Amino acid sequence: MKRLIAGLPFIAAVIFGGFFLWGLNPDRDPNEIPSVFISQPAPKFDLEAIPGLETPGLSRSDLVGNERPVVVNVFASWCVPCRAEHAVLTRFVEREGIRLFGINYKDKPADAVKWLNDLGNPYERIGSDLSGRTGIEWGLSGVPETFIVDGDGTVLFRYVGPVVGPEAVERFTEALKQAGALPSGAAS
Amino acid sequence: MRQLIFACCVGLLPFAANAVEPDEMLTDPVLEQRAREISKDLRCVVCQNQDIDSSNAGVARDLRLLVRERLVTGDTDTEVIEYIRARYGDYVLLKPPLEPATYALWFAPIAFVLIGVFVGGGVLMSRRKQEAFEDLGAEDENTVSEILRRNEEGDAS
Repeated sequence: MKRLIAGLPFIAAVIFGGFFLWGLNPDRDPNEIPSVFISQPAPKFDLEAIPGLETPGLSRSDLVGNERPVVVNVFASWCVPCRAEHAVLTRFVEREGIRLFGINYKDKPADAVKWLNDLGNPYERIGSDLSGRTGIEWGLSGVPETFIVDGDGTVLFRYVGPVVGPEAVERFTEALKQAGALPSGAAS
Repeated sequence: MRQLIFACCVGLLPFAANAVEPDEMLTDPVLEQRAREISKDLRCVVCQNQDIDSSNAGVARDLRLLVRERLVTGDTDTEVIEYIRARYGDYVLLKPPLEPATYALWFAPIAFVLIGVFVGGGVLMSRRKQEAFEDLGAEDENTVSEILRRNEEGDAS
């Protein structure tokens, strides 16, 4: 009994030490919000196309029944990091052959059209989410966010923030590979 | 003059800065009150230590509107919270639910108090025990009385 009491401070120290060690991990992002959608079916939504753009709209049914997992990117013309991410996503589409769908979050159609005309349009389909309601359905905390959705409509991966910079691109590529979203034989 | 002073005093009263904009509010005061109470329990996912009731972030506003919309369609408070929790996870609840994964969170403080009382009590008890004297035993008793006797006789050696 006495030995147990004598051991208590040591046990407490080990527990706290372990906690601090975990907290010191530089890869840990304390602001990261765990997504409830990982391994869950993607939410139901049905979005119209952006008026003035030829790209068709996006709904949940477009994410289902695809041969390979697809990428859903939430973007907006007013979002500065999206501009940087746009180049990365375009490269993924052109070089790796991923299928990219877009959700245009709370954006004025005219601004979105201009933005896509200026930078190019790598999206196969774009849904215009004017009210931000679809964003809530996806549990969005901000733009940009990028999801990988499996052929049966299951969300496989979520990336919060822009996929910009070598580390982010590497993480995203790894996720694409694991999901099998890259076509076989693509130059990687 | 008196009215002016009164107006100045009212102007000096601190008003809580509300994020809830007039156009968001419901006309039904009962529903609006319920919406406010629900909003206070939901975390804003952008500015993470604020509830959505006091946050000016865009997503917080959307969530406030959503809460009100659900209330108008006749949802109960729990249903509204469950609706948002289904999309944002337990993380949006400012008060974490009591479930096996959060037992440590809820019960650790109580456990620490109990450990403290237990250890502290143990230490105090053992100290009190030391104060109580025990008999010296026959041999030591003899030695001590021998020394005392010699002292009395003035033999300092």
